[in-house]
Amino acid sequence: MPAAVTPAPPSESSISTLSQWALIRRRFAHHQLAVASLYLLAVLYVIALGAEFFAPYPRQWRDLARAYCPPQLPRFSPEHGIYVPAMKRQVDPLTFKKSYIEDPAQVVELGVFVRGHTYEFWGLFTWDRHFFGVKDPEENLRADGTPRTFFYLGADKYGQDILSRLIYGSRISLSVGLVSIAVTFLLGVTIGGISGYVGGGVDNFIQRVIEVINAFPQIPLWLAFGAVLPADWSPLSTYFAITLVLSLLGWTGLARVVRGKILSLREEDYAMAARLLGASHTRVLFRHLLPGFTSHIIVVLTMSVPAMILGETSLSFLQLGLRPPIVSWGVMLQDCLSIQTVANYPWLLMPVVLIVLTVLCFNFLGDGLRDAADPYSTK
Amino acid sequence: MNAPNGHVGAVTVQPLLSVRGLCKHFPVMSRGFCSKVVAVVKAVDDVSFDLAPSETLGLVGESGSGKTTTARCVLRAIDPSAGEVFFRLPDGRMVDLATLPARELKPIRQHAQMVFQDPYSSLNPRMTVGDIVGEPLVIHGLARGEELEVRVAEVLARVGLKPEHRLRYPHAFSGWQRQRIGIARALIMKPSLIVCDEATSALDVSVQAQVLDLLKELQREFRLTYLFVAHNLDVVRNFCDRVAVMRKGRIVELAPTTQIFAAPQHAYTKILLSAVPSPDPDVRMNFNVGEELAKLDAAPQP
Repeated sequence: MPAAVTPAPPSESSISTLSQWALIRRRFAHHQLAVASLYLLAVLYVIALGAEFFAPYPRQWRDLARAYCPPQLPRFSPEHGIYVPAMKRQVDPLTFKKSYIEDPAQVVELGVFVRGHTYEFWGLFTWDRHFFGVKDPEENLRADGTPRTFFYLGADKYGQDILSRLIYGSRISLSVGLVSIAVTFLLGVTIGGISGYVGGGVDNFIQRVIEVINAFPQIPLWLAFGAVLPADWSPLSTYFAITLVLSLLGWTGLARVVRGKILSLREEDYAMAARLLGASHTRVLFRHLLPGFTSHIIVVLTMSVPAMILGETSLSFLQLGLRPPIVSWGVMLQDCLSIQTVANYPWLLMPVVLIVLTVLCFNFLGDGLRDAADPYSTK
Repeated sequence: MNAPNGHVGAVTVQPLLSVRGLCKHFPVMSRGFCSKVVAVVKAVDDVSFDLAPSETLGLVGESGSGKTTTARCVLRAIDPSAGEVFFRLPDGRMVDLATLPARELKPIRQHAQMVFQDPYSSLNPRMTVGDIVGEPLVIHGLARGEELEVRVAEVLARVGLKPEHRLRYPHAFSGWQRQRIGIARALIMKPSLIVCDEATSALDVSVQAQVLDLLKELQREFRLTYLFVAHNLDVVRNFCDRVAVMRKGRIVELAPTTQIFAAPQHAYTKILLSAVPSPDPDVRMNFNVGEELAKLDAAPQP
């Protein structure tokens, strides 16, 4: 039996207080769905960052001989290790529809950390290892001498690997949310802060402008913005223009939150105390008032990432945002415009799965953060 | 600029602070889209007083008499509608705080500081005590790094807190410890004038005396001048050299403390004094203040 332990009286130095952030972290850890979402998002972003390594094939790689190849599930045998049976193409003599059947005689051996196409990793070093793919592609040749290929999630109409394109596309689709969030944050905090801090006529004017912006129907406005973008812009400029368009409409919600909070906090004595110490208005606003509700800002921003991701996807899907050769989830969905394609080759809808997953993750994460940041929650 | 002569309240030395005809009027707007001014609230109306160096002037009056507004106007926390607030800088120059542009006001903030009534809302809950107390030095670029730490520790020790307290947040302290933090913040720039806006009224009676003793000690040590806003007459009696009694935005009586309490001149001062509860059970408390004030209002103003 364990001896009864009398707790030592806490000495003055051993009593530590949990900071507000420590409390938030603690409450957040109890929200399992949110924690899981956070980890999943982290994985997605890591994969997006290391796209060259994680994607089996380069961005513009294609195997025209395997257009619309269906997804291939890897199998295991002691003889071959991880492998997929090779695919044989058949053309229906009546409809000319291409289809693929497995050729049990031929196997394509797979492996992890395999040699493949060389790539330059973020301009740092050149490497040819990929997370997984076909083993020894130089020796794994077909009868006609072309290397054997493997499509985990199938191939599109040009024989491009959907998985590789999803990974490269996540770079655009996942970062568009973060970049526009940064712009939203700047606009929302500055304009909302000024509105709440200055008050009076300025506040009135800014609030009316926000109402007008919110009253615009979003899709037609996006269409107009998208149409204005010159077609000969480089992919990078188009990308930034799209993020700008998304955030120019998205800052109003944050501005309202910031304004409301500032309106109540600026009446606190410590704001006046800071003014009487000689602090400038900027210092009072950013050093004294804003830190009072950083957690709220983070929550609002997290909750608005999905809207940005969905915005990019819809714009690109409507062929008004990004265009090929840029790869993004929305651009990939452009292939799914006809019901016939979708019915015959359902694996082209893979981006939808990832979009839903990402948006759900961000929503759960925002939920968890909101509960954690709320000092009155009892959880 | 010539210093105004101290003809209000019999100050013979050159005053540190000299307030002349201070007014603060708040317009009352009608509701609706096109709002118009329908009335004016005279929160402070033609207030004048002088404050000699190292002196303590009490500003007393009932709630809504304009004493806090006066204090805030003096430090330009709010802009006065009219009047002058002459303040003597350590180098002997006189400046009018009431009309000085904001940019020139900033360096003068080093010499005139405020201690707030509410020790809870006047300290930023998101900053550590060290950051709060050291902020004035950072704002005015007076100290940084090691020197800043040393001066913060010094001033914390001076007001009776421990140097290691600077790493904690205000919520870890009790009300009177917080008030000491507020005093430390006002003191760290070694100002000549400190406006105490009901600095003790939010505290327990048991610790009010401690804070007052601390303020007295600091006054002797640093030759501080206090403008002490209060509604507790007992506090004023023990702490102030002179007392100004305010009512409805005006000073109705300004005299040395002993004189106010021994021989009040103005009818309102008499009513105010009679309303103070006395520890002596034989002294009857005046429960008719409301009626007497109404009578005072009905009587023709002198």
